[in-house]
Amino acid sequence: MMTQRRINSLIKQLFAILFLVFMLLPFFLVLINALKPRIEIIKNPMALPHALSLANFTKAWVTMKFGTVLMNTAYITAFSQILLIVFGAMLSYMLVRWDFKANKIIFTVLICAMIIPFQSLMIPFVSIFGKLGLMNSRTALIFFYMGFGMPMTTFMYHGFMKGISREMEEAALIDGCSHFYCFWKIVFPNLKPITTTILIVNILWIWNDFLLPSLVLIKDKNRTIPLSTFYFFGEYTAELGLAMAALILSVLPVVVIYLFLQKQIVTGVMDGAIK
Amino acid sequence: MYKEKSNLKSFQVFATFGLIPLLVFGIVVLIPFFSGLFLSLTNWNGSLDGKIEFIGIGNYISAVRDPAFWGSLGKTFYYVFFVMILTNTSAFLFGLLVTSGMKGQNFYRAGYFTPNLIGGVILGYIWQFIFSRVFVYFGTKTGIPFFEISWLTQPHAALWALIIVGVWQNAGYMMLIYIAGFVGIDKSLIEAARMDGASPLQMLQKIKIPMMVPAFTITLFLTLRKAFMVYDVNLSLTKGGPYNTTELISMHVYNEAFLNQNMGPGQAKAFLLFLLVAVIAVAQVAVLKKKEVDAI
Repeated sequence: MMTQRRINSLIKQLFAILFLVFMLLPFFLVLINALKPRIEIIKNPMALPHALSLANFTKAWVTMKFGTVLMNTAYITAFSQILLIVFGAMLSYMLVRWDFKANKIIFTVLICAMIIPFQSLMIPFVSIFGKLGLMNSRTALIFFYMGFGMPMTTFMYHGFMKGISREMEEAALIDGCSHFYCFWKIVFPNLKPITTTILIVNILWIWNDFLLPSLVLIKDKNRTIPLSTFYFFGEYTAELGLAMAALILSVLPVVVIYLFLQKQIVTGVMDGAIK
Repeated sequence: MYKEKSNLKSFQVFATFGLIPLLVFGIVVLIPFFSGLFLSLTNWNGSLDGKIEFIGIGNYISAVRDPAFWGSLGKTFYYVFFVMILTNTSAFLFGLLVTSGMKGQNFYRAGYFTPNLIGGVILGYIWQFIFSRVFVYFGTKTGIPFFEISWLTQPHAALWALIIVGVWQNAGYMMLIYIAGFVGIDKSLIEAARMDGASPLQMLQKIKIPMMVPAFTITLFLTLRKAFMVYDVNLSLTKGGPYNTTELISMHVYNEAFLNQNMGPGQAKAFLLFLLVAVIAVAQVAVLKKKEVDAI
């Protein structure tokens, strides 16, 4: 009986490791090649590097202007999050707490909008906002993210808010609080669990998004990580070591954060997915 | 529910809480959506200066008559079909494994999820290197012809390269949904079945899978959507090549509009894509919702 159990758990571990190798080996292969000069990569892309050299990384960092790119990505992601959280929470508060006739219609329209693929909007999107001169600006991109992210954010807040008791806020209202003040002082702090979930889901989306910024940010001083990787790879595809180092650099920020917040991120995404 | 006594009061509440987000949503999503619908019915060529004439469903007819559209759609269906099956099979297995109470299951969960943290463009480039360098090196060293020629230079193999990356990318995400499903199964059901002497396979078949129907609803819907809309990986891994044989539908729409400058037909195709996705999504959710009730 005991041995049977042992064998079972051994088999499970074996499979788990096998799957893990399949999931992570690509990253490992890119990493070891990022440490090698080009000739060594061509000779044998599966070998470990002879000597540890960070030359590819420093060169990739400088040519990609990785510092600027990182700042751009962080800036765009951060401001989009703030706007989405602030306005998504307020909108869902109105939709849940008031008996306006339009609320049902607004909510239905938001739900329907979640099905629309971006590809169905991008052509008129480019021609309208291009004509208005709103391209090439990080501020415009943040504004667009606010619009595109609003349905999902509101939807998630909406579901959570329905389950929150109204006693506290009603007491505050009787004491003469305004609705606005009452929302931020009393309701919003209670939304913390769902706010965390929404933040994780939206950060992963905006940080990694490619198609929208590729249409909006054309000048290289504004580029985000996925964009600059794209342009860099197009240009330096023959310089294998450099290209590999660029890939590692682009992956690194998220992976470092993941090492620390692994549990929060996994549960956050899990909660977000089943909402 | 709060009630406002006067219209003015109602408007004040609306202006405070709803006006700004709805305005931005309207500008960014609704205006492009409806102008897209309108423009697909005109002879618009991308500029707003020229005279725009209403031509009815002309663009839709030329879209439907375009063999490249059907070719791309056919390949997309092939891709979606296999990505859906393989992603969900592996995600289900992953989920089963890491909820079985094995050692280090949180570690494995985190590991399997890793590709989801990274954007499709970067993932595509990582695999481009694997397929065109590592595989080919492995093939020439071992003499296995299957790997000797880069998959990315052969039409059918390149499509399968996309499928493999699609599965690899999405499996960890879907696994999380299956984990939530497995964890949510009532322990007393499992215990009762064990008392009755059910084998692990019977338990899987009679209890776990039926109880997982809600999870399947979500995962199938999400994989379908993600697979249909795939663009980033397609762009960085194969760029539609070799010879446009792996140009999936999103890329096809993009190229039609922005490379070939066929705005009208491109927009018509984009709307057909939207309709397709909407119909499939609604149908699937309806069917699975019905099953859910039967299972209980």
